[in-house]
Amino acid sequence: MKLHSRHLLGIETLKAEEITLILDTAESLAQISQREIKKVPTLRGRTVVNFFVEPSTRTRSSFEIAEKRLSADSLNFSPGSSSLVKGETLADTARNLEAMAPDFIVIRHSEPGAPHMLARICRSSIINAGDGAHEHPTQALLDAYTLRQRKGRLRGLRVAIVGDILHSRVVRSNIFLLNTMGAEVVLAGPPTLMPRGIESLGATVARSIDEAVEGVDAIMMLRVQQERMARGYFPSVREYFRLYGLTPARAALAKSDAIIMHPGPINRGVEIASEVADGPLSVILEQVTNGVAVRMAVLYLLAGEEEPQDPAVTPGLERAQA
Amino acid sequence: MKQDGGVRIMDAEKISRALTRIAHEILEKNRTLDELALVGIRTRGVPIARRLAEAIRQIEGAEPPVGALDINLYRDDLSLTGRERPVLRRTEIPFAIEKKRIVLVDDVLFTGRTVRAALEGLGDLGRPRLIQLAVLVDRGHRELPIRADYVGKNVPTSLRESIEVRFGETDGEDAVFIRAAEPDPGETPVPGESR
Repeated sequence: MKLHSRHLLGIETLKAEEITLILDTAESLAQISQREIKKVPTLRGRTVVNFFVEPSTRTRSSFEIAEKRLSADSLNFSPGSSSLVKGETLADTARNLEAMAPDFIVIRHSEPGAPHMLARICRSSIINAGDGAHEHPTQALLDAYTLRQRKGRLRGLRVAIVGDILHSRVVRSNIFLLNTMGAEVVLAGPPTLMPRGIESLGATVARSIDEAVEGVDAIMMLRVQQERMARGYFPSVREYFRLYGLTPARAALAKSDAIIMHPGPINRGVEIASEVADGPLSVILEQVTNGVAVRMAVLYLLAGEEEPQDPAVTPGLERAQA
Repeated sequence: MKQDGGVRIMDAEKISRALTRIAHEILEKNRTLDELALVGIRTRGVPIARRLAEAIRQIEGAEPPVGALDINLYRDDLSLTGRERPVLRRTEIPFAIEKKRIVLVDDVLFTGRTVRAALEGLGDLGRPRLIQLAVLVDRGHRELPIRADYVGKNVPTSLRESIEVRFGETDGEDAVFIRAAEPDPGETPVPGESR
């Protein structure tokens, strides 16, 4: 079994078998984190550069732990985002990183398509750890892992995703993944944060959060970026919570065993009530644990000798950039 | 049945007799079931370990615990295999291996690289008192200083031949075949992969 590309740039280009391979592999790798010796020698001698141009503590830590548990050597490279905004500068930085001969570059960047650009100019395997509002493939994979673990399957599930759909790479990757795996996605959020034409990616848009969560198997809440409020996307935190916050009453509209998910970090009392976030159906911390296993699986499956370059690594990108 | 001229070198009865003999040898060498445990290397070491446990039960009236070990994360040939990956399976060892007398079980002993990986994998799970090795077939061509404590059958082979072990549990029949590998000039077998 193998992945078709030596990069993980997005979910959009993955086939169902590849997603299943990653999730199955992650299931076996999850054991390592439960042992006393939480390390295997599999990627001994491989080097990973965690190139985080946009700040991220959680995703970077998760990748770092995944790398260490597989015995890879990892290096964190996080230049100030201001020094790296132009594509040219990014290319130069990437070439500099390449000169140190890493096997993997894990990149987080505010510009959609930054990982794809790296994939074109680098010999290393590129892993997208979030590119602007485009994709965040490992997040969608860990969400899928958590869903599959809790529900036993992905096919036929109905998942509500609520919040700032416009700026969310997590949503895009999740829509691609859930569609590919035969699950259904329903979205809700402030009209100002709901991109027009999002249905074309394969999701339905509900008029309210209540309508969205009705009878679903899982509710995925998105983090509200408070700086968006200043830009007038929504009037106030209180107003946001009143209209789109996940309260116990709203959570009760979903199936009785519906799980509550959130990519973190959560804003208590903004997009989610504490009672729900800490409640028995919340899997928010399991998602964090599962993230390590999923990232280990991606590293494991992408490692290996270089094969002929695969062309066309960027479908879907135009839309994110538009 | 077997295709392309494979020769059956063990049938169900021979396999069964070999395993019964190994069960006796394990008991003779270890004297007691105390602290004894069997660990099968996935995939086909696992049904062999289960059958050995059953054979021991028939002799002793009690059987040792059996675990399953996946060694793929400990292989030394990751870079030789491209992105093609053996499917990872779970390691399931339902007992503490600390201070146990472990009999590691596999179907075919060839280069020894799988056993080396298994020893390293076991080491990450604890410190057994000792580890012994039981295999159904030893086909020679070791690339590491490893030998088996219990062997079902020694089969001299050439490097161009392969040994195939089939089990009812996984393959619908109990048998061991030897066959000539398809002539594939320039192709060297991946250590630990082709048997």
